[in-house]
Amino acid sequence: MDISSLSVKKIKQLIDSKALSAFELAGLYLQRIEKLNPELNAFITVDADKTLAQAKQLDQAIWQGESRPLMGVPLAHKDIFCAKGWLTTCGSKMLANFVAPYDAHVVEAFNRSGTITLGKTNMDEFAMGSSNETSYFGAVKNPWNLGKVPGGSSGGSAAAVAARLAPLATATDTGGSIRQPAALCGVSGLKPTYGNVSRYGMIAYASSLDQGGLMAVSAEDIAYGMNSLVGHDERDSTSVKRAEEDFTSQLNNPLKGLRIGLPEEFFKEGVDTDVAQAVEQAIQELEKLGAVRVPLKLPNTSLSVPVYYVLAPAEASSNLSRFDGVRYGHRTKDYRNLIELYEKTRAEGFGAEVKRRILTGTYVLSRGYYDAYYLQAQRVRRLILQDYLNAFEHCDVILGPSTPSVAFGFNEKTSDPVSMYLSDIFTISVNLAGLPGLSIPVGFGREHLPVGLQLIGPHFAEAKLLNVAHQYQLVSDWHQQLPAGIAQV
Amino acid sequence: MQWEVVIGLETHTQLATRSKIFSGSSTAFGAEPNTQASAIDIALPGVLPVLNKQAVECAIRFGLAVGADINRYSIFARKNYFYPDLPKGYQISQYEEPVVKGGAIHFSLNEQDYQVRLTRAHLEEDAGKSLHEEIPGATGIDLNRAGTPLLEIVSEPDMRSAEEAVAYAKALHQIVTWIGICDGNMQEGSFRCDANVSVRPVGSKTFGTRCEIKNLNSFRFLERAILFEVERQIEILENGGSIVQETRLYDPDRDETRSMRSKEDAMDYRYFPDPDLLPVVIDEQWINEVKEKMPPLPLVLKERFITEYGLTEYDANLITSERALTDYFIALTQSAKASAKLCANWLTGEVMAALNRTQLNIKECPIQPQQLVDLVARIEDQTISGKIAKTVFEVLWQEGGDVDSVIEARGLKQVSDSSAIEKIVDELMASNPDQVAEFRAGKDKVLGFFVGKAMKVSGGKLNPTQLNDVLRKKLAG
Repeated sequence: MDISSLSVKKIKQLIDSKALSAFELAGLYLQRIEKLNPELNAFITVDADKTLAQAKQLDQAIWQGESRPLMGVPLAHKDIFCAKGWLTTCGSKMLANFVAPYDAHVVEAFNRSGTITLGKTNMDEFAMGSSNETSYFGAVKNPWNLGKVPGGSSGGSAAAVAARLAPLATATDTGGSIRQPAALCGVSGLKPTYGNVSRYGMIAYASSLDQGGLMAVSAEDIAYGMNSLVGHDERDSTSVKRAEEDFTSQLNNPLKGLRIGLPEEFFKEGVDTDVAQAVEQAIQELEKLGAVRVPLKLPNTSLSVPVYYVLAPAEASSNLSRFDGVRYGHRTKDYRNLIELYEKTRAEGFGAEVKRRILTGTYVLSRGYYDAYYLQAQRVRRLILQDYLNAFEHCDVILGPSTPSVAFGFNEKTSDPVSMYLSDIFTISVNLAGLPGLSIPVGFGREHLPVGLQLIGPHFAEAKLLNVAHQYQLVSDWHQQLPAGIAQV
Repeated sequence: MQWEVVIGLETHTQLATRSKIFSGSSTAFGAEPNTQASAIDIALPGVLPVLNKQAVECAIRFGLAVGADINRYSIFARKNYFYPDLPKGYQISQYEEPVVKGGAIHFSLNEQDYQVRLTRAHLEEDAGKSLHEEIPGATGIDLNRAGTPLLEIVSEPDMRSAEEAVAYAKALHQIVTWIGICDGNMQEGSFRCDANVSVRPVGSKTFGTRCEIKNLNSFRFLERAILFEVERQIEILENGGSIVQETRLYDPDRDETRSMRSKEDAMDYRYFPDPDLLPVVIDEQWINEVKEKMPPLPLVLKERFITEYGLTEYDANLITSERALTDYFIALTQSAKASAKLCANWLTGEVMAALNRTQLNIKECPIQPQQLVDLVARIEDQTISGKIAKTVFEVLWQEGGDVDSVIEARGLKQVSDSSAIEKIVDELMASNPDQVAEFRAGKDKVLGFFVGKAMKVSGGKLNPTQLNDVLRKKLAG
């Protein structure tokens, strides 16, 4: 059986009709992972015994007539989510030996829905990176071109879905970590509204920006996943209380009259022509479906990267203080006193990018600098949100390229952090404003690398974004294409 | 030169909530190390704090009790520093917007009234404990205390002597235990003070450089530490030196303060609002709900006891020094059988003395309020004398029982039958003619001799007033 064309929806049908057991299906995916992962490095941890045991248990439940929304659907978790009994490394040497004793909300919610955990996906260390090159476990390779980065930080999840090692993968997004790798790997990726998915058990990078979300081949599959993921969790004080929502319910709404906001700042110089062209074609497709263009401005867009690189490191510098070698994780072998224990543990346990952000964050929170950096950034953050709120008075969704260019090569940007940071220019402001953002594949650019289009909605408009994307995906097949080398497996 | 002492106190009161401020773990004292430390308390990767509303309610109570402003919108901030007993590498505290602002503590000392203004009171979590002695060659970490809710109460530098500081601390201790937000157990660290001490020439308007003495967990240590510190600072200044701003520790064994760290090493805590917690919003309704549950405050009750029952200032102060004592007294006043004033005398006299002697607290008092009321009522209706009552009290204390039965069974009832008293007096006069003559010669004191004799003969049961009357009449001839 060729699993590379399986969707979440299709899997649900196969399992529900008992055409396929969860055990068989898990076995097929594990085989594919075994074959492809050594080259792609999309997974940090695969544990076939554990996965098959879970599948067996689910099969028993199925035979007993139990039915759950995602019964038997295989799933990969980004290694930022604590999963009980699983190594949970966050892509860092610091946690290379950390076996989580509890389940994150995201893991728990999917387990409850009947999914099977295939493994833990690779990522930039502590989710800090846009190319997956900061992972302690080595970079993930882009399935479309093994010489290119998959994007980051959720590069492992993006590559896993792109190579069909998993039909669905969890991911997190602090400044673009779902949408940018989804774009670079040619898959669909949704970052929900801040507060919609509980952060409990998701290892914190920048708490006011972090949000868990999903990647899949299609928007429709993401909608199925979202039904399991979203909901109030009292263990996260920032988790919102809202009425239960069926994210599949709006998928088939027609797009007639849909007002698509096109911020001029998203189409200026800096966007590669191949990317611009693919996005323009997608807009024309949407117009054919009845959507209309609304030109608009988001004047503070250029400030989003500097604001992000003050706020995110500030929060990170504090969030990562707990990794001190005292209670769990890496501890230096050789120390003479407490200070040395701290210094050597953290010097050895963290990689260069993590250190850079801890230092930046410590600096901007320091006495004498706090007002000029942290407070000022908070003020500008409110302006950026206000820009969006103003814009949504004139349009239903905002559209633009997910990234300024297609996937770049390894080591191309590692020596120039600022150029790396700018690859998130279109995604970062969405986190600062707490909005939902969805990236979908809309064609190919140079070297036949995927181009992603980003849809941004008002708070809690995930269903609308999925609706627009699904309608587009009904009339296009970019999302169904397989990387050439992978297709032959 | 004459020096003026300036003191401000920061007091950490451990709030009497069942669970911790940001996790569901128990706050009970004395458990095995790390058995009351959850994933949140040990700061596993990915865990998040959830605010315990009970802790906020304690803060509101305190604010109401000291006439402070309750901040309708307060925020939690992270105080960042590394220490092994601080699992997250930051303490969640409040910085720019504390839950309570202003207010004052009132107390009297040497018959003078004092007011110490409060700057603020804010909620925060306690750290764990580093155990330096338990494990040879290593430091143990016990995180049972990590996350225990504290209310840090900061005073203005309004105190001018160690004595005032202690009186302030005692008054504060009385309030927090009174309103039930703190068990007040100083040995277990539930109430501990940091003292900011400086001196300046009398008449100076500016403050001198201050030193902060940390973690004083008894009133005596507070007093001793300040006295030592004041002396130390004056000596330095009088020798032409200057005070270095620093944090100091009091060593009770040597009765001295020692430098812990100077201001140059003072850490930059990099406070910023905790993004994991929403701002605490306290609305009018919540405040009103707390208000309704508040017990009347000691100062209010003290005034009431003086005006309503005619208690002395001393008795009223003593009774309102502790909530349980006041509750006991109020129970005494519920019965109309005996006068509240006499009950108060017995409570602050016999009962307190007996409690001290037996090292019991009022809640453990073997004599119930109803028994004491019955006893006092029997004095007032002259069934027994005050002296005999002490005997009855002893019996009740030791063996319990009903007042009237004890009096009956032991034949302690007062003799008020005048013929019986007259008979005793006649016999005494007959056998002591010399003393009778002395009295008649104007030696009034001899009356006491006859009273003593009569009481001895009767086992103390004669009604003293009646005995006095009969004696005077008969001796006068």
